[in-house]
Amino acid sequence: MFDKILSPEAVSEALTIMVEEMPFGLWETFYVTVVSTIAAVIIGLPLGVLLVAGEKDGILPLPKAFMHILNVVINLLRSIPFLLLMIMVFPLARLIVGTSVGTTASIVPLVIAAFPFVARLIESSLREINPNIIEAAQSMGASPIQIIIKVMIPESVPSLISNITIAITTILGYTAMSGIIGGGGLGKIAINYGYYRYKYLVMIIAVIILIILVQLFQSIGTYLAVKLDKRIKH
Amino acid sequence: MIEIKNLSKSFTTADKQISALNNIDLTIQDGDIYGIIGMSGAGKSTLVRCINMLERPTEGSVIIDGQDIGTLKESQLRKVRRNIAMIFQGFNLLMQRSCLDNICFPLELAGVKKSEAKKKALELLNIVELPDKANAYPAQLSGGQQQRIAIARALATNPKVLLCDEATSALDPKTTHAILELIRDINKRLKITVIIITHQMSVVEDICNKVAILDEGKIVEEGDVSEIFANPRSDAAKRLVFPDGSNEVLLNDTDQRQLRVVFNGALAASEPIITQMAIDEHIAANILYASTKCLGDRVYGSMILGFENDDDIIARAIAYLNKNKNVITEEVNNNV
Repeated sequence: MFDKILSPEAVSEALTIMVEEMPFGLWETFYVTVVSTIAAVIIGLPLGVLLVAGEKDGILPLPKAFMHILNVVINLLRSIPFLLLMIMVFPLARLIVGTSVGTTASIVPLVIAAFPFVARLIESSLREINPNIIEAAQSMGASPIQIIIKVMIPESVPSLISNITIAITTILGYTAMSGIIGGGGLGKIAINYGYYRYKYLVMIIAVIILIILVQLFQSIGTYLAVKLDKRIKH
Repeated sequence: MIEIKNLSKSFTTADKQISALNNIDLTIQDGDIYGIIGMSGAGKSTLVRCINMLERPTEGSVIIDGQDIGTLKESQLRKVRRNIAMIFQGFNLLMQRSCLDNICFPLELAGVKKSEAKKKALELLNIVELPDKANAYPAQLSGGQQQRIAIARALATNPKVLLCDEATSALDPKTTHAILELIRDINKRLKITVIIITHQMSVVEDICNKVAILDEGKIVEEGDVSEIFANPRSDAAKRLVFPDGSNEVLLNDTDQRQLRVVFNGALAASEPIITQMAIDEHIAANILYASTKCLGDRVYGSMILGFENDDDIIARAIAYLNKNKNVITEEVNNNV
């Protein structure tokens, strides 16, 4: 089935499709990934903070029942396979963006899948902080909110960037999957041409571009995490 | 003045209650450099954290300038804490902030204007003798320099009290000395009461005027440093003053008679009393053991001297040595 994959006709056909479809597909993938990540961080960051600060020995202890529910909800959302989640949130997507298919609609399940994951990543970043530094801030009369805004988050910036990079590459992978429900981007191109029309070369090229994109995001993330870490002597 | 009254603290773990502090009573006068010393696990860190209510005592009270701070609400307590600065063994600087911003941090918390905070921070960098490190990050500094920045940060809110929690324990002896000098200077110049928690007797010796010895959650001895050095009564105090273990090694297999000479602040340099005894009384003494420390120009500690087995010599030696001010001599037998 793959024997004619590099025949001159297949190559020229693939190139034509690429030139026509790829720039917009790339843009869509990029747009969906970035918007979903930003939204996931906006929801996930406060939840991650609550997971750490709200503990019994945290700086802002919250009722046990609340913490329990928060943990269960996050675990629950994280355990639903993304493919099923996409289908399950059709009604919600229709409610929020007016339609359940298409590129913008695919952002809804992406955010719902990503924010609990982001919350856990942020939780783990915040737990890396030396508790003695928080104690020092308390000894200076810092309030819980001041500790969160001026100590916990700024002190864990390098780790937060590393973890958000993990999130963005994971979300990029999910966007490809959303091609199935009509979400746009490289995933849609790969599925439409490669899977439905047996143009495997197009699929392979789309996958290669996705790989390059992941590498790019990861490199930028790692660079920033190192660059912004004042613990490293530059 | 800080009064700690009948303070107890216990922790509840899954299966039992651990009592960390028992009925602590201490009074720390303004201007004191007060050492609280004890082995690890004695409860020192818990005690110092009760002073600023980072740990709430189970019982008893901490009264600072007449105000019982245990009764304050969290928001009031935060304001009081600006008057009780604290430095730590691990420095605990904000690693992602420059030194200048670290020093500005407590002012930022207190809502001081940025320009004012910066001015104050630059002043403090001069006091701790690191004026060129304003834009450096803590990771670029040595341990001693980081502690200086931490001290500057602690002083930013013009506190009345400085709590030092093993502040020199992570530093080498030379740096320790320099940091202690700085603390002494701050105590004198800025009239800040200093409370030093340590396990090192040398720290207490170096700068404290008062000391309390904490052992298993209780104060076993307290008073002027010189008194406790001269005559440690409790076992814990003896262990700390003579860290080499059982301090006096008496020779058992000898027919010598032995005298213990306790120096309780005798003038050290001007009176070579053992030599003088040999010249004046023609009595030769063997120094079998000596552990003395000089505090200022005075000497504290004890010696064991060996003499010929002769009643007359012993009597004359005791009489001669006891003539000296602040020297106490007594005969010891082999099982002291």
